[in-house]
Amino acid sequence: MSRPALTRAAGHINRRAIWSRIVIAACYGAGAIVVLPLALIVWHLLAKGLPALSLSFFLDMPKPVGDPGGGMANAIVGTLILVGLGALFAVPVGVGAGVYLAEFGRGRFSSLVRYTADLLSGVPSIVVGVAAYGLVVLPMGGFSALAGGVALGILMLPTIIRSTEEMVRLVPQSYREAALALGAPRWKVTQQVVIPAARAGIVTASMLAVARAAGETAPLLFTALGNRFWSTALTKPIASLPVFVFDYARAPYDDWNRQAWTGALVLVMMVTGISAVLRLTVRRVAQR
Amino acid sequence: MKAARITADGLYRAALGGAVALVFVVVALIVFEAARGSGLSIRTFGLGFLTSTAWDPVSEKFGALPYIYGTVVSSALALLLAVPLGIGSAVYLAEIAPRRVGAIVSFVIELLAAIPSIVYGVWGFFVLAPWLRTAIEPWLIAHVGFVPLFRGYPFGIGMLNAAIVLSIMVVPTIVSISREVLLSTPRSLREAALALGATPAEAIGVALDAARPGILGAVILALGRALGETMAVTMVIGNTNRISASLLDPAATMASIIANEFTEATTPLYISSLIEIALVLFAITIVVNGAARVLVYWATGGRRSAAALA
Repeated sequence: MSRPALTRAAGHINRRAIWSRIVIAACYGAGAIVVLPLALIVWHLLAKGLPALSLSFFLDMPKPVGDPGGGMANAIVGTLILVGLGALFAVPVGVGAGVYLAEFGRGRFSSLVRYTADLLSGVPSIVVGVAAYGLVVLPMGGFSALAGGVALGILMLPTIIRSTEEMVRLVPQSYREAALALGAPRWKVTQQVVIPAARAGIVTASMLAVARAAGETAPLLFTALGNRFWSTALTKPIASLPVFVFDYARAPYDDWNRQAWTGALVLVMMVTGISAVLRLTVRRVAQR
Repeated sequence: MKAARITADGLYRAALGGAVALVFVVVALIVFEAARGSGLSIRTFGLGFLTSTAWDPVSEKFGALPYIYGTVVSSALALLLAVPLGIGSAVYLAEIAPRRVGAIVSFVIELLAAIPSIVYGVWGFFVLAPWLRTAIEPWLIAHVGFVPLFRGYPFGIGMLNAAIVLSIMVVPTIVSISREVLLSTPRSLREAALALGATPAEAIGVALDAARPGILGAVILALGRALGETMAVTMVIGNTNRISASLLDPAATMASIIANEFTEATTPLYISSLIEIALVLFAITIVVNGAARVLVYWATGGRRSAAALA
């Protein structure tokens, strides 16, 4: 080969090697850029939310405009009530459907169920709110905690179904075979052998869905509405932490804006904190 | 013929089947409510509802076009930002980073996906908006203002802000599914490519090619999330029904108009129009999510259910 051809070939390889370096560097860069805003959000939450975080934030009622201090006690209790109502509906239904899919779910019908659950998880939460408005608020003649609970329950449902199914599937087949060989009927095998074996996974996965729903705002705007006063009545509008954060962030008062940051921080600690602990547990259960 | 007997097994299955039936009932009720609630608006405006830009509660003229436009444009812009960055970091996490680092970073990213959307809204409103208003947007107007996209006034609040916040929110979906799909492609693909003399980047390209359907599914799933996202967008988009070519101007999306005006809507036709917007949004997201799930399922051989990520 003549010398110029050799150099040309070397140059070609060189160009490809350089190009490879550039692409890989770009991937490093992409990773950094993706993490940066997420890190910024966490940092701002802590910087702006921590100063107003105190015990009274959890224990006191909201104060009128211009009156500094006060807390969001009613909103925190309201969120717990709303989430509890939702879980009351979503956990039995979701776990039941998930167990059905894992234990009896074969064929086209089960695929349809799975597909429906997946579609439900893709429905925007605001649309669920609109549906709950028509289903509960209109017949009851007013906004209520119950309507908010229904909306949150619908949002929890698909996650509970699919994660229950996954957890029940993880139970070794030999458990079922052993129980059947001992003469247990099919339902006893599921109820007394399979479900207890999968219990830890089912519980943590359900709580993950419940925690996620606690941060939902959109479906509560016109179902549970919101309430500046103490109320635990299921048929009355009720306060919730996300809606409080929304209202306080949009209000033209500095003090309220500060409290919105604190509310957001508490919300993230509730939702993400629970998720972190649970995800690690789920992972451990799944690995076992 | 055998007589039907009630057995304990039958009862147990029936109870579980009841739970399954309830799932169908819930979905049917959502569809039914959205359809029933929008009946008045559909009868009054017909298909013209989708192409009209009127939004006048006083004279009761309503049209969804500005909101459909806002939803489509904000989601498209968000994907424009999130897709290259998301796929790039998925490649980093799956192919380049040490396995431990990859696992830890993706765990953190999945956790961040659990941050409530209202929190992103608060951040976009109090942190991103002032920053855009005082630094980024004046610069854009001064230097690329000759493009209609960047003409106007630095509001801070508007389409650009919404697109950035949305892209931050959907990027975890793209990263975690794409990483999963990349990890599920055979190692031998890269080894073969490298053995044939491919550079590391070219070998990654081969793996990406194999992972394409799954990554496409992840992108469409992210699109579904962006289309339906409500609270964060409501806080940062400015909420106006004008259609403007400039990204700096305020806009509104289907979800944000519902969130903003539903409790203020006083007349039946006003409420019905908002519910029809919800119906349209519902239909769009069903189509988008359905397509995404089929793709993800196909690409990972059913190993990973997309529902676990959503």
